Amino acid sequence: MIVAEQKPIRELVEMVKDFQKILVLGCKGCVTVCNVGGAKEVGVLASALRIWGRKTGRDLQVGEHTLERQCDPEYIEELRGIVGEYDAVISIACGVGPQFVSERYPTARVFPGVNTKFMGGAVAHGIWSERCAGCGQCVVHYFGGLCPIARCSKSLMNGPCGGSADGRCEIHKEVECIWDTIVRKMTEQGRLNELIEFKPPKSWTTARDGGPRSMIREELVK
Amino acid sequence: MSEFKPRILAFYCANCASSAANVSESMSLGVPAGVKMVQVPCTGRIETLHLLKPFEEGADGVYVAGCQEDSCRYMSGILKAEKRVAQVKRILEELDIEPGRIETFKLSAGKGFRFAEIASEMMKRVQELGPISGG
Ligand code: SF4
Ligand code: SF4
Repeated sequence: MIVAEQKPIRELVEMVKDFQKILVLGCKGCVTVCNVGGAKEVGVLASALRIWGRKTGRDLQVGEHTLERQCDPEYIEELRGIVGEYDAVISIACGVGPQFVSERYPTARVFPGVNTKFMGGAVAHGIWSERCAGCGQCVVHYFGGLCPIARCSKSLMNGPCGGSADGRCEIHKEVECIWDTIVRKMTEQGRLNELIEFKPPKSWTTARDGGPRSMIREELVK
Repeated sequence: MSEFKPRILAFYCANCASSAANVSESMSLGVPAGVKMVQVPCTGRIETLHLLKPFEEGADGVYVAGCQEDSCRYMSGILKAEKRVAQVKRILEELDIEPGRIETFKLSAGKGFRFAEIASEMMKRVQELGPISGG
C-alpha cells in the first residue's frame, strides 16, 4: 500500500486559516489501511479543526466526506455539488488525491492533509516499512525476493558496501542492511553464485529518472 | 474569570473505577458540579474521537479514570486509553491549548476517596487554566 502520515495540525491550520467552510476529504483505500486518511481520521481531523475554531473564536464549518478512492475519476465525481459548498478542501488521501480533486474541480482550493511517504507494508501493528521504489522493472528475483533499490540506503545492485556491520546499515543501527540479508538468504538457498553472475546494468528509464510516467492498456481503453 | 465554571467530562470504566465510584458514594463523597461522568465498559473502548468531541462541544477538560495496569479486567484497556489521551494531548498542544486539560488516572476498586479526589483535582486544574476560548 501507499503509506502516509498526517501533517502536523499546526501546519494544516496555517494552510486553511483564511477559510471558513472546510471539507475534510478521506479515502477508503491505502490511507484507511495505514490509519491516516480513512473515515475515522477524517472525524479526528475535523474535530481538531472545530476545536481550533472554538479556541480562536472562528465561526468554522467543517464538513466530512470519505470517498471509496481518490485515485479514480468515478469516485471524484461524487463530489460534484459538494466541493462548491466549501472554501477549502483538505484531502487526506495520498498525494494522488488532492491532485485528482484539483484537476476535476479547477476552481477549488485543495490542500494536502498528509505527507505521502512510501510504498510498503505493516511489519507490526503501528509500524510500516518501505518495500518498493516503483523502479518500473522489478528485479527482486535476482536478490532472493528482496529489493535492494528500495531497501538499501544507496540502492546498490552489488552490495553490501563497506559500511555494513552486524547486519546493520551504516546510516543508522536501526536500519537493516538488506544486502547482509540478501547474501545470507542466497547462501542458505545455495545460490550465492547467482549474485556473482554478470547482469547488464539496470535501465533507469522506466523509473522516475525517465520523467513522469503513464501507462496505457489498450484492451481497457474505452 | 471568577465566574468561570469549568465543564469537565469524565470517562470511567465499569470495573475498578466504577467500584471506586460506589465506595465514594457510600462515603458520601461527592464529585463537584460541572463534572459529567460517563461510564464505559472498558477504557480501552474509548477512541481518540470520543476524547476530542467534548472539547469540540464546550468541555474545558476531559479525563479518563480506569483500572491500574495490573488489574485491568480486559488486560490492557487503560494502557490503550493512556496512549489515546497522549495523542489528544499532542493535538491540543498543536492547537495552542494546554495539554493538561486531558488526563488519565488509574485507580483500584476500593479507592472511593481517590475517585472523588481526582474529580476535584481536575476541577481545580481546569479552573486555573481558564476557559479554552480565552474569554
Ligand atoms: S488515493 Fe492514494 S491512498 Fe487512496 S487508494 Fe488511491 S493510491 Fe491508495
Ligand atoms: S525492484 Fe523495482 S519494482 Fe521491484 S520492488 Fe524494487 S523498486 Fe519495486
